Amino acid sequence: MTAKLSADGLTLFRGERCLFKNLGFALNPGELLLLEGRNGSGKTSLIRAIAGLIELESGEIFWDGESVRSNRQAFHGSLVWMAHRVGFKADLTLVENLKFESHLRAQSDEDLDEVLKRLDIDRLKRLPLRSLSAGQQRRVALARMLLSRVPLWLMDEPFTNLDREGRALVMKLTTEHLDRDGMCIMAAHQDIEIDGNVKKIVL
Amino acid sequence: MTDEDNTLGIFSGMLGIVRRDLLLAWKRPGDILNPLFFFTMVATLFPLAVGPSPEQLELSGPAVLWVAALLAMLLSLNSLFLSDFEDGSLDQMLVSPLPLAALGLGKSIAHWLTSGLPLVLVSPIVAITFRMPFSVTGVLMLTLLLGTISLSLLGSVGAALTVGLHRGTALLSLLILPLAMPVLIFGARTVSLVAAGDGVAGGLYFLGAYAVLVLSFSPFATAAALRISNE
Repeated sequence: MTAKLSADGLTLFRGERCLFKNLGFALNPGELLLLEGRNGSGKTSLIRAIAGLIELESGEIFWDGESVRSNRQAFHGSLVWMAHRVGFKADLTLVENLKFESHLRAQSDEDLDEVLKRLDIDRLKRLPLRSLSAGQQRRVALARMLLSRVPLWLMDEPFTNLDREGRALVMKLTTEHLDRDGMCIMAAHQDIEIDGNVKKIVL
Repeated sequence: MTDEDNTLGIFSGMLGIVRRDLLLAWKRPGDILNPLFFFTMVATLFPLAVGPSPEQLELSGPAVLWVAALLAMLLSLNSLFLSDFEDGSLDQMLVSPLPLAALGLGKSIAHWLTSGLPLVLVSPIVAITFRMPFSVTGVLMLTLLLGTISLSLLGSVGAALTVGLHRGTALLSLLILPLAMPVLIFGARTVSLVAAGDGVAGGLYFLGAYAVLVLSFSPFATAAALRISNE
């Protein structure tokens, strides 16, 4: 059986430096792929490459057995990405930002207010995003993930700027996502406590 | 997903971008007012420097207004994708399942509504300083309307190519200007010819055809350029 998401022979150079060579993995529903490595080891580049934002030197990524190169729309329709930069407009309010998201990808039926309450940001609804702290902005990025109805979560350093409760929340939400047969690729250099099927790549 | 859902998604994605950018412009009006201010300043200072001779003003009016409009558009283009690039929204658009060309077109539409359309709307007021007759002012507005559409679309390609570079303004202008020359020449000459009593149709047809031509390729060129420069 082929894996839902698999990669084969991924190689990426940044300038003269080789970040990774002949890297491969396979990921099935309910599994978490953890990318570990020091700063500058290429975790973010790998995630960006998987998301299709960086052209790989060689190698191929397959979604449902089909190359994502020829099947970009279906692949991008199945993933949501929590990047280092949150990707929201500082001048718009939290709700305006999340409303715009609903134009970009399929949304789940979850109620916006419920999600915001869960993430403990419901009282910040009417504030422009620039007046939120960095940690609160990360929570808004988590709201984007919860509101989108997609199987694959890409998370680049999801614990940055979050307090202890926030980190626990990320782990809890990820565990729940995996329990619903979701998949997750996470780059982190902290210890994480997530129950379930965890695979590791050390860069 | 059926085809119908898909087209609806594309359309709603495009409208979503337009709405978001208009909302942003509403919250930060400085971004719109800057190019508009530049346009009105150039167009009102020029007659003061030239002097009150009516013939000279009538002769130079169309050219000055058109050059000022072109430069004002260039001024506004630099920031087209810059804030999206800096705050990571561009990355999120790139991983959206919607075709990037549609999102790029949405950006261009919003850009035209916030920079091109205001120029068209204030042009009759500043045209008064050049003693432009009422009938000619109408033609000026029409040429600016068609011309700024082309400039917004062309500009989005240049802005997409230079978004990853810091201070790409000069390069952006160099990239765009050759393609914008026909717009300037036909725009300004059409107004001059009408002022001299000639027909309007030829010039307007050309500007319209050029806008359609640019519309047919620029969203795709913008999408390709964004993918390259956002690596």
